[in-house]
Amino acid sequence: MIQPPISMLAELTHRCPLSCPYCSNPLELASRSLELDTETWARVFREAAGIGVLQLHLSGGEPASRRDLEEITEAAVKAGLYTNLITSGIGLTEKRLEALDAIGLDHVQLSLQGVNAGMADRIGGYEGGFKRKMQVAGWIGRLGFPLTLNAVMHRQNLADLEATIAMAVEMGARRLEVACVQFHGWATKNKAALMPTKEQALEARRVVDDARARLKGTLVIDFVPPDYHAAYPKACMGGWGSTGLNITPDGLVLPCHAAQSIPHLVFDTVREKSLREIWYEGAAFNAYRGDDWMQEPCRSCERKAIDHGGCRCQAMALAGDAAATDPVCSKSPRHAAVMAKIARDLEAEREGDASLTYRTQPDRTPADTGAD
Amino acid sequence: MSLDEKAVPRLLRGVRVAHDSVRGRDVLLAPERVFMLDPIGKAVLDRIDGARSFGSIVDDLAAAYQAPRDRIAADAGKYLTGLIERRMMEAT
Repeated sequence: MIQPPISMLAELTHRCPLSCPYCSNPLELASRSLELDTETWARVFREAAGIGVLQLHLSGGEPASRRDLEEITEAAVKAGLYTNLITSGIGLTEKRLEALDAIGLDHVQLSLQGVNAGMADRIGGYEGGFKRKMQVAGWIGRLGFPLTLNAVMHRQNLADLEATIAMAVEMGARRLEVACVQFHGWATKNKAALMPTKEQALEARRVVDDARARLKGTLVIDFVPPDYHAAYPKACMGGWGSTGLNITPDGLVLPCHAAQSIPHLVFDTVREKSLREIWYEGAAFNAYRGDDWMQEPCRSCERKAIDHGGCRCQAMALAGDAAATDPVCSKSPRHAAVMAKIARDLEAEREGDASLTYRTQPDRTPADTGAD
Repeated sequence: MSLDEKAVPRLLRGVRVAHDSVRGRDVLLAPERVFMLDPIGKAVLDRIDGARSFGSIVDDLAAAYQAPRDRIAADAGKYLTGLIERRMMEAT
């Protein structure tokens, strides 16, 4: 039986002042002219609440790049949704935050690219971004918004993990997400530069465990371990089409933010169908629900209800078959070959050009920005 | 860690009890977390108003459920301590 969705990620825009080389947005970005308008978002929020969504994450791109962010947030609050703003902070002013506070925004998740301007501005590709972010963090604290700091960690900044944890405490954040880069979207272009070493992965786990014990009651730390280093795959989305849905800036409804990397899936749009119809009857949502689609060794695996065969997008990317066992799983027949190939590719890339490929902006061709 | 009987527990900003009409049950909504509430959790949280002490909440629960007070104090204390450790509640 299909359960109602609990959470929804609304990608209000793909526009963003930053150009992080691990951006989870798809390589094909939706242009501004295709973005859903305020009224449509308001309708989608009402439909979401009506089918059981409790939590809404307003994201992007940078949601503050939308001039109507305040109206959109108000519509979400009016629909009765618990509303979370996921932002880099760039584009927010003290005045805008005061307005969001008055409207009833519940929570802010602030991203962190590094603990100093040198690292943060280089990774974000935006000069002055770190300084501005620190200012925004101060306003968030002054207004009393509950704050989660989301630190994206990778090969180049994992050495700063202790300092990252200290910064979260300093800012008064209640939660810290230590999110090791997931290799979807733009991160796939920067695997060699961003993939942590096995030693870094182990050290990160040790630092997080230590800090969790030390900071109990002060800071809650969620840890997204690095891809490719674990014995079992991640339980992507807690099971496909089981808990959450994702709306793209132009209104496509996805089972997860990377689902467009599976080429045979066809996605419905909120412009043509209701969320209820899409959630319960949409082909993309039903493609990998339950376990009928599973192949061996997943089908008879005692872990199938735990990790659901792993990530469908990762299976697509690494095995060329979205219904295969996620090759990251040590039980996958492809595991050894795929891991060996990744290691060889990384070796080759590191001997070549190790510079970062930055995300581009919608409405601009890659040639405009000098990226490949 | 146990909770002082004189301490006054309160939910932190951004944490609230809501009724989920689609699933027909009560939930605790918190930053990037949703907890389905059972009737016991709901009974405890319903008595938290930012003014009543933990001891007075336990008295009330023991009377309402006609259960041994020390048992209620232990269970409710454990539940609230868990919320404090998750940064969803404070007690002062």
